[in-house]
Amino acid sequence: MMFIRYAGYRLITMLLTLWVVSIMVFIIINLPPGDYLSNQIAELQATGQAEGVAKAEFLRVEYALDRPVWEQYFIWVGMAPGPHGFSGLLQGDFGWSFEFDRPVAEIVGDALWMTILVNLAAVLFVYLVALPLGVLAAWRSETWIDYTAAFVGYLGLATPNFLLALILFYYGHKYLGLPIGGLMNPIYEGEPMSFAKMQSVLVHLIVPTFVIGTSGAAAMMQRLRANMLDELSKPYVETAKAKGLAPARLLAKYPLRMAFNPFVADIGNLLPAMVSGSVLVSVVLGLQTIGPALLTALKSQDQFLAAFVLMFVALLTLIGTMISDLLLVLLDPRIRYGARDG
Amino acid sequence: MKPLLDVQGLSIGFGNAPPVVQDANFSVNPGETLALVGESGSGKTLTCRSVLRILPDAAQLRSGKISFGLNKPVDLLSLPERSMRDIRGDRISMVFQEPMRSLSPLHRIGDQVTEVLHLHRGMSKSESKKAVIKTFEKVGFNDPERAFRAYPFELSGGMQQRAMIAMAMVAKPDLLIADEPTTALDVTTQAQVLGLIKDLQKETGMAVILVTHDLGVVANMAEHVVVMRKGRIMESGPAPVVLGAPAHGYTQKLFAAAPMIPDVAEPAAPLDYSDLILDLKSVSKTYTVRAGGWKAAKKVHACIDVNLALPRGKTLAVVGESGSGKTTCARIALGAETPDEGGQVNFRPDASAEPMPVHAMSRAQRIAFQRKAQMVFQDPYSSLSPRMRVQEALTEPMEIHGIGNRTDRRDKAAEMLRWVGLNPDMLKRYPHAFSGGQRQRLSIARALTLDPSLLVCDEPTSALDVSVQEQILSLLEEIRDQMGLSYLFISHDLAVVARIADEVAVMRQGVVVEQAPPDTLFYNPQHPYTQALIAAQPEPDVNRPIDLNLVSQGAGSSESWAEMYRFDQGSAPSLIEIEPGHKVRCHV
Repeated sequence: MMFIRYAGYRLITMLLTLWVVSIMVFIIINLPPGDYLSNQIAELQATGQAEGVAKAEFLRVEYALDRPVWEQYFIWVGMAPGPHGFSGLLQGDFGWSFEFDRPVAEIVGDALWMTILVNLAAVLFVYLVALPLGVLAAWRSETWIDYTAAFVGYLGLATPNFLLALILFYYGHKYLGLPIGGLMNPIYEGEPMSFAKMQSVLVHLIVPTFVIGTSGAAAMMQRLRANMLDELSKPYVETAKAKGLAPARLLAKYPLRMAFNPFVADIGNLLPAMVSGSVLVSVVLGLQTIGPALLTALKSQDQFLAAFVLMFVALLTLIGTMISDLLLVLLDPRIRYGARDG
Repeated sequence: MKPLLDVQGLSIGFGNAPPVVQDANFSVNPGETLALVGESGSGKTLTCRSVLRILPDAAQLRSGKISFGLNKPVDLLSLPERSMRDIRGDRISMVFQEPMRSLSPLHRIGDQVTEVLHLHRGMSKSESKKAVIKTFEKVGFNDPERAFRAYPFELSGGMQQRAMIAMAMVAKPDLLIADEPTTALDVTTQAQVLGLIKDLQKETGMAVILVTHDLGVVANMAEHVVVMRKGRIMESGPAPVVLGAPAHGYTQKLFAAAPMIPDVAEPAAPLDYSDLILDLKSVSKTYTVRAGGWKAAKKVHACIDVNLALPRGKTLAVVGESGSGKTTCARIALGAETPDEGGQVNFRPDASAEPMPVHAMSRAQRIAFQRKAQMVFQDPYSSLSPRMRVQEALTEPMEIHGIGNRTDRRDKAAEMLRWVGLNPDMLKRYPHAFSGGQRQRLSIARALTLDPSLLVCDEPTSALDVSVQEQILSLLEEIRDQMGLSYLFISHDLAVVARIADEVAVMRQGVVVEQAPPDTLFYNPQHPYTQALIAAQPEPDVNRPIDLNLVSQGAGSSESWAEMYRFDQGSAPSLIEIEPGHKVRCHV
């Protein structure tokens, strides 16, 4: 019961935060002088193409870019009527991409799911690799297991992702016949989901997951190892040993539970780091994620597209933080009852 | 009689260094208690842990034999790890020093205790729960079901230690090893926990190895005593013999250092209250605890209507268990906290000056006050910065207050070191080069560099070994008399303040329950809580065991007190002067 109330409370604060984020995103995007259309109009006038100018002027009015910034903000969010009544984020209208000359929703549609998919895969990879390696490295600290894990980890941290991507593509293709680039075989693009398509996506995911996840896994592993080492020297571990528990069960039941907190608390930080960190990788690997779209949008001041992508990343972060907060409450009774005992 | 446990020629060492435990020999008979006595670094903890083979990774068992069992003795040191696990928690179990840290904070008490039965008896969930609840009743939980569901942080220190004991007892072991089981507890709780171990031992017939530094605890508990120092056994034998006529010089030294409540022939004369350096007038402190979420904030009364007066050149001791409000009083006296409306603290720098209210000072007055009132902290290991040389630590207060130039400050620091019995050559060293007692001397020297007139000592000896504790107390006394200092002395231990205090205020649940000069207090203790404190003090004399009835009655809730002392509906009776200089909180 208390948990549900807490979850509700967290949901409300999350929505409020999202609202504040939307204001900041809008301000940041409008910080550089001019906008996509005024830049275009200036360019068209310089080259004397009056016909294009008329279209651009039309779009300016259509998307309310001729109004003050604060008004533009409310129209974008959908809290004030635009030229066509209420039509903003709240109503599910994400705006128009001037660069691609298509609605934002259409451009990011597939990419959105692909981004979520790639990042979920990477997060899973991070946890599945870091958890056993970190625990093992702490339990057998200062032995060859620890040193090997640290060596591989630091190698992963130090190698630039795009370089790793190229190397893996080359050898993955040469020896394992893995596909190069993209997130699926081009023949499936635009096709409805099918078993074959899914298979193709999964095979294409292998290298990107590895590339995006390696450095995160290395960092997470070292953090878990340090936490575990701290916990292993605590008296309650000795108590458990004095009870006659076998090492594996002891490790999993007591110190790991304690060392798990920071591990869980990191979900929120991991997501945005991966999305922004994977932009370059996505460009190099030709992944149809949201990263390359963000890069283009920011370069050309394509404001609705950029704003939407930033909002999406912020939403991912907030959801990640909320999940980790809720998990922490479930995992740690001290946090759960903290409010009660003050 | 055949011994249950027989340790022969045990040596333990680290790396290439000489052994830290050398050729230890002792044995424990079934149903008997053996006390391993020694100060920190004596090797007593390593010795008892080697029985269960739960030593730190770097420790090596160099030689020796530990045979365990009556009928078919096994050598615990050569047993394979797997068979060792069957012995741990089943036939030999252990209770540790700090119950809060020795229980996993994330698991319910019931879960942690039943685990023993799952491991060694293969019991089902409901069977093991029944057995554990029964054990919980035995160790004195009023509501065993609630304790079963509770997390460690929901219980007090004494209750946590009871849970640890239940965990060690639930499989009915042949041998219980208790490593300083009561050192982290208040005296009254200590008395009750010791009584509990004794009762359980009588009932189950198990043997106990009790590791302690306190001869008083030994006298109350043990049949046999082994005194260790620097890894070697100094003296061993039956408790009445060793305690009655200690043969070895080291045992005699331990005896002399043990703090004791003296027998007093007559009450002391009341103090002269004409020249007060510090005066707390009806000081209360209420904390508002934010409950979080939607719940209403809770009010906690840390101290209620405390009146304390410290005459110049004297020592006023405030004694009480954790949570009694004694530290809050000290913090208010130093101006670190503001009292609730209506409370006032006056400080009078010298006999001719006007009293200054500590909580209504101008900036300049406050700085002058901070020079005159200094503090000595409890833990000398964490109150000195490990990255500052002694010289920097000692001159920093003078730098802050802009006193003298570099050479003046250096000379002053050197002088202060001499005052506290250290060598001025040590100025260039870092704190880690000093022992606990030396570090506490350093923190006293630091407090003295500003020529204060008032020192607030917050449990300055409770982190130290007994023999060192005694030296620090002598040093504090000497400095007080030679420099004309006044002390506000905070402690949980009546025996420690017995020698140094001129006046003792006993606090309980935020109020002063009894106040008098120590001799008066020990001659004629009136309040049941004071009586419990005095009775709970373990004395190193086998003929004077702790009177547990007196302790549990006085240290319990106020309902267990005689009618005239009882609190009605949470509010205490008023403090009444029953004889000159002796105040007791009671109804008349």
